[in-house]
Amino acid sequence: MQAAPLSGGFANTATQSAHAFRSVMEAMARPGTIQDIEGASPPAPLSPAAGAVLLTLCDTETPVYLAGEMDCDAVRSWLSFHTGAPFVGPAQCMFAVGIWDALGPLSIYPIGTSEYPDRSTTLIVDSAGLSASGAKLKGPGIKDYAALFLPELEAFQANNLLFPLGLDFIFTKGSELAALPRSTQISRLDSKAGAQVGAS
Amino acid sequence: MSNYNFAYLDEQTKRMIRRAILKGLAIPGYQVPFASREMPMPYGWGTGGVQVSAAVLTPEDTFKVIDQGADDTTNAVSIRTFFERTAGVETTTATCDATVIQTRHRIPEEALQEGQILVYQVPIPEPLRFLEPRESETRKMHSLEEYGLMHVKLYEDISRHGHIATSYAYPVKVEGRYVMDPSPIPKFDNPKLGDMAAIQLFGAGREQRIYALPPYTQVVSLDFEDHPFEASKADHPCGMCGATDSYLDELIVDDAGGRMFVCSDTDYCEARQAAGHKGKDAA
Ligand SMILES: [Zn+2]
Repeated sequence: MQAAPLSGGFANTATQSAHAFRSVMEAMARPGTIQDIEGASPPAPLSPAAGAVLLTLCDTETPVYLAGEMDCDAVRSWLSFHTGAPFVGPAQCMFAVGIWDALGPLSIYPIGTSEYPDRSTTLIVDSAGLSASGAKLKGPGIKDYAALFLPELEAFQANNLLFPLGLDFIFTKGSELAALPRSTQISRLDSKAGAQVGAS
Repeated sequence: MSNYNFAYLDEQTKRMIRRAILKGLAIPGYQVPFASREMPMPYGWGTGGVQVSAAVLTPEDTFKVIDQGADDTTNAVSIRTFFERTAGVETTTATCDATVIQTRHRIPEEALQEGQILVYQVPIPEPLRFLEPRESETRKMHSLEEYGLMHVKLYEDISRHGHIATSYAYPVKVEGRYVMDPSPIPKFDNPKLGDMAAIQLFGAGREQRIYALPPYTQVVSLDFEDHPFEASKADHPCGMCGATDSYLDELIVDDAGGRMFVCSDTDYCEARQAAGHKGKDAA
């Protein structure tokens, strides 16, 4: 079922975007934590969580790149109507959204400049496998360490080495999200450590 | 309340500030430029902090404002009233009950928790400004990690005074990368900046900068091997609650010039007194 472009936005923009932003901010401030995010009912293949992130952060000032199957009439119309964001290619975008396999390679996105490292892309990786498994995260926002499933390790490790330049990631699925800023160091989680995270 | 947008700012402005906050959290200590808006209060009243608070508040938050540790100054009361009216939030003076705390020049004595957000009002966000007035140059210095001049300035303090005389806005290095101005908090508060469980957000309205410290971030006060950093305070207990671990204000209490030392954090002091702690000047 496809939602019509006019429906599926925030019913109360101010309140719902404030709640959604709190979830995104907590996720970015505490890499690896999984947060609930609600309020959006976007058309497929965009998840409700990815839709809510876009409604919260995007407008006419934020060029968006729709990767792979995200670049379809339903998503374009919905995003245009609710945010007015212009659609661009990966080299010009402030936000990119798609499934992991459609977003790569990461080298096509702006990573900021040494004087303005903030002029970089935030990637919204939709249909991500959100669970505390696979990768071990250390760095700002993390007490000791955290765990998060990542689609691969090398790309994110290489991104961290660019710090303070680099890309930031928001992983979305259903009505949940997690985030991985460029500041997070990533290694493979051994199974013993994984059990500890699961228990805590 | 219907005459205002929620939390006063329009949605587009909040989105812009929210994007800047996320970049700030992703690059701890780096000053993110943002397009500061006119607020219905003068710049000295913390318009940067007010804009950051407006962008993070939800209707369910409980909001606290402190001005040099006190909840009852004109500045603190007016900001608290502003958000009661424009965002309909509950307000409190109790640090432990607040989810968002906007502060001018102090960090609460009580350790903050996960789920809390501390928003600082910042007058001058650039720690290198007094060494180099040109923004283009300080930006270059940050990009190249050219912080030698900053150490020279602190060392000149030592040669002149025998110790580092800087006692407010004492510069810190964040995660071994960016040198950051912690706003004019006393250096006594500097050790609380690092490894804090709460999210710390810094807003400079006039200078149009936002920066941030995620929880559990490594923050080190600049110092020298032979002159290590010291979080000093007046060497007295609080006259009202007897606390020996809090930052103190010196008050003149009578026409004869009598003085007493009192916790600058009024909530901390009152909570201690309510719990039965008594200082030597307490009635
Ligand atoms: Zn006291």
